Amino acid sequence: MNRLAVPKTYKLAIGGAFPRSESGRTYPVHSFDGAFLANAAKASRKDARDAVVAARKAFGGWSGATGYNRGQVLYRIAELLEGRRAQFVDEVSVAQGFSAEDAAAQVDEAIDLWVWYAGWADKFAQVAGNANPVSGPFFNISVPEPTGVVAIVAPQQPALLGFVAAVAPALVAGNTVVVIASERHPLPAISLAEVLATSDVPGGVVNVLTGSAAELAPWLASHADVNALDLVGAGDLDGDLTWVDLQISAAETLKRVLPPEGGADAVAPSLQRIVAFTETKTVWHTKSML
Amino acid sequence: MTTELSRTARTPSGPADPHALARRIVGGELTDATLHGFLHGIAGVDAVGLEQRAAALSTRSIKTSSKRRALDKIISLIDLTTLEGADTPGKVRSLAAKAVTPDPSDPSCPSVAAVCVYGDMVADAVGALGAAHTGQGGTVNVAAVATAFPSGRASLRVKLADTEDAVAAGADEIDMVIDRGAFLSGRYGQVYDEIVAVKEACRRNDGTSAHLKVILETGELRTYDNVRRASWLGVLAGGDFIKTSTGKVQPAATLPVTLSMLEVVRDWHRLTGEQIGVKPAGGIRSSKDAIRYLVTVAETTGEAWLRPELFRFGASSLLNDVLLQRQKMTTGSYSGPDYVTVD
Amino acid sequence: MGFLDYAPAPESRAILDLRDSYGLFIDGEFVDGHGEGFQTISPGTEETIATVSSADEQDVQRAVAAARRAYDTVWSRMSGSDRGKYLFRIARLVQERSRELAVAESLDNGKPIKESRDVDLPLVAAWFFYYAGWADKLDHAGLGPSPRALGVAAQVIPWNFPLLMLAWKIAPALAAGNTVVLKPAETTPLSALLFAEILQQADLPPGVVNIITGAGDTGRLLVNHPDVDKVAFTGSTAVGREIARSVAGTGKKVTLELGGKAANIVFDDAPIDQAIEGIVNGIFFNQGHVCCAGSRLLVQENVHDEVLDRLKSRLGTLRLGDPLDKNTDIGAINSAEQLERIRELSAIGEQEGADRWTAECAIPERGFWFAPTIFDNVSTSHRIAREEIFGPVLSVLTFRTPDEAIAKANNTPYGLSAGIWTDKGSRILAVADKLRAGVIWANTFNRFDPASPFGGYKESGYGREGGRHGLAAYLASAPGRSRPDESIHTQGAGK
Repeated sequence: MNRLAVPKTYKLAIGGAFPRSESGRTYPVHSFDGAFLANAAKASRKDARDAVVAARKAFGGWSGATGYNRGQVLYRIAELLEGRRAQFVDEVSVAQGFSAEDAAAQVDEAIDLWVWYAGWADKFAQVAGNANPVSGPFFNISVPEPTGVVAIVAPQQPALLGFVAAVAPALVAGNTVVVIASERHPLPAISLAEVLATSDVPGGVVNVLTGSAAELAPWLASHADVNALDLVGAGDLDGDLTWVDLQISAAETLKRVLPPEGGADAVAPSLQRIVAFTETKTVWHTKSML
Repeated sequence: MTTELSRTARTPSGPADPHALARRIVGGELTDATLHGFLHGIAGVDAVGLEQRAAALSTRSIKTSSKRRALDKIISLIDLTTLEGADTPGKVRSLAAKAVTPDPSDPSCPSVAAVCVYGDMVADAVGALGAAHTGQGGTVNVAAVATAFPSGRASLRVKLADTEDAVAAGADEIDMVIDRGAFLSGRYGQVYDEIVAVKEACRRNDGTSAHLKVILETGELRTYDNVRRASWLGVLAGGDFIKTSTGKVQPAATLPVTLSMLEVVRDWHRLTGEQIGVKPAGGIRSSKDAIRYLVTVAETTGEAWLRPELFRFGASSLLNDVLLQRQKMTTGSYSGPDYVTVD
Repeated sequence: MGFLDYAPAPESRAILDLRDSYGLFIDGEFVDGHGEGFQTISPGTEETIATVSSADEQDVQRAVAAARRAYDTVWSRMSGSDRGKYLFRIARLVQERSRELAVAESLDNGKPIKESRDVDLPLVAAWFFYYAGWADKLDHAGLGPSPRALGVAAQVIPWNFPLLMLAWKIAPALAAGNTVVLKPAETTPLSALLFAEILQQADLPPGVVNIITGAGDTGRLLVNHPDVDKVAFTGSTAVGREIARSVAGTGKKVTLELGGKAANIVFDDAPIDQAIEGIVNGIFFNQGHVCCAGSRLLVQENVHDEVLDRLKSRLGTLRLGDPLDKNTDIGAINSAEQLERIRELSAIGEQEGADRWTAECAIPERGFWFAPTIFDNVSTSHRIAREEIFGPVLSVLTFRTPDEAIAKANNTPYGLSAGIWTDKGSRILAVADKLRAGVIWANTFNRFDPASPFGGYKESGYGREGGRHGLAAYLASAPGRSRPDESIHTQGAGK
């Protein structure tokens, strides 16, 4: 007799916990061929608000960690993903209808992306920073620092790789993130959040919302405590809303905004994506022996 | 002009205890340790900021009537100096004559504040000044360098004898050097005690005292923090003036060093109400330079310090440049070196 | 009359040969504008200096077209080394005519001649020299080999450092290979128009730099022109917001240098005399018309009284008056409008209960003036602790511990600059790490250098000006190199 499977409940990931939406709403998630997979939480604006609060709270610790430490934490994610590779291959395959081989390739690429970004954590400042030869008795150095709380609209697909390609670079510099996962294929993102929760990533560093990007993104775009907006996956929102509306809304508090991107560019390893969510800080100090 | 700053003002308990005020400010017995604690507890100096402030003060533009007043003021603040192994009674006579009448062609030209010589030339200077000497109806003081000037490397006994000899010969002012070796090795108590002892040696039989200038030799102390600490030490120990340099060590007076010393004097005044003088010496050769010092004094301690009791230039060639500028302002034409005297 | 009553020492205006009226500088020539001309006045005397054209839509169109033409036909095809040579020429011409330009700047802006002469103009020349050398070295700018220029840059600059802001904008834009349409501020167009004459003397190809004058409408037309590829703006956060909105979705690359409310943090072990100078320089430099001004003094509570006492004595030596007098420390407020805003916010400061202290100084009868003012006992909730006053007004707050200092310093939507004063090196570095501001001055303040990136966090804007970062703001990676392993340092809206 076949054993009866135990299905998983997929919830939001906010501040290191996995709450249901405060609204009590869920929506059904289906496989590529229309089979019911699970009910995902349909996050509300209040969940988005809570996620921003959690991300802000985590910012000090994560941004204050050494690059070496952040690099190890990010590498640890790759290690854990590797161990649960089969689960993610299944999820990606079922969600998007990939062959086992293609799904495995996507998961491998996602794992390797964590490894690539992990390696940058203690190096990008050496490339993006500068010692500045000013004409006076001053020590002067420019260093990139994390922008703060970054809200991300992850691509609809590829579900796992798109999510990782958007989240990992923002974490490298020490930002904390609130991510709206792929609306159609949210399950790999939530599973990934579960991996993060068992890894060394501090609670609140990565907050994952599932539900409607068109509903949630405007709240994040206008939220005064969000510092930057990555609209990589916002090129094709439901309804009348466009990503330009989000950028206009973000202008109210001068958020940094990355526009939508698609295809290979959206998931390519990118130093630019790391630096895009940094602020160059220049420190002057007087210099004298007397 | 006689300058008898009352030391008793510092010692409410009476002049018998010259250390009372210093003890009160330092907060205890005056040992190397307590002095170290005090001197290293005062706010530090950021060299770049100090030099920038001095540079900013140097951009003041002093024109027309202000310049005329400044030039006369500079003359009246000069300690006209000769400190050479080759000094002779003749040289000192010549210097004294120049001190009294800097510009023979212009009777409105003021006399300088003092002539500054080695101790053994004091009698010659006093004789040469004659009626122009302070106390003889005149206004020109005789200042003598003492305490094994310029190095200060002699026993305390020798330094005190040096001082007593100069005072006995009629010196109105004593320019002593601090023991930089002791200062740099942290023996602040010794530096303090020596200043106190020399101050005591400045005392005359009639109870008055020669005016004591304490030379820090800032060119050997090097850092502004040291200059500031040594300034405090000099003031705490009872110096009437703190003075930058002997003129025998480079760098001698600089504007930033003088500014930092003026800041100490200003803070001392804030703290005690006492006015202590400052004397930059060595390297100030042009009127333009000297005017920068006046500006720095006026904007740091205030104009009250622009009088011989509280500010001096230790200089020799400065006087002639001021005279040339002064002639230019009188005649409207540029003057030349043959129109001022070579001394 | 005391020694400190320095006799007047006015800089000669004879060096300045002004015309009665100035047109727009488009395609290498001065042409009349089609908008209604306006007068630029001297804020120290309220006298008219010259009449200046105003650019309307048609003029903006012509200027952008000229810049596009120059970009397509000349500037984008010129070698980097030749572009660099033009910039070197400009730098030299600025040096040669620096006194004249300084006089014009002080006359039109109201800033003291000693600042325009000793700060603004030397930096203007330095900015052109610095970026001149970059023009043939763009491969090393951090964007990979053969980065490309963006095209036509629309640049709108403020009135506080008219010529310096022009240099900050034009020098990197031209070095990177862009052409420019620049609009100086309405109240300070003069030095930009003299600069146009320098461009003629340098024989810069027509259309590479176009300078159009006018008010906010002209700027709006320029920024929103569809053929503009890059927008660079320095000015208020309100206008910056408007620009960020208007370029949304256009793909225009944007640099915004906006407002600030910088904390100048003085710890109890600070080098006190230099800290006092730094506080003075931080807020009274250029009458406080400085976006990075240290307008919030955060002083450790145990030295508050001493610092205030010393500060007030120091302010007593500041001289307010004729901007052209070489001894003037505090010049005129740039305009009647700005003066009104400073007065209004100061009145609010009093109403809110802060203690107002104003330096004693004679205020000239004509012109726009505001005496150096300190508000003590200011709370973080007071408007004068939160809003940019952009005038010679200092708000004083206290703190007890480094954590509290950092929390208060960061408690603002702005994030442009900050100052730290302490003798303790490790504390400087740790506090600098925690301050959310783009420029941190430790034991100094208000220092600028073309090699040093400048720009803010949060609502102080985005992008950097100065240094390699400032160059990258006018470049994009070569086509096909969007794999941005090599492509860094771009920031902000659009890409």
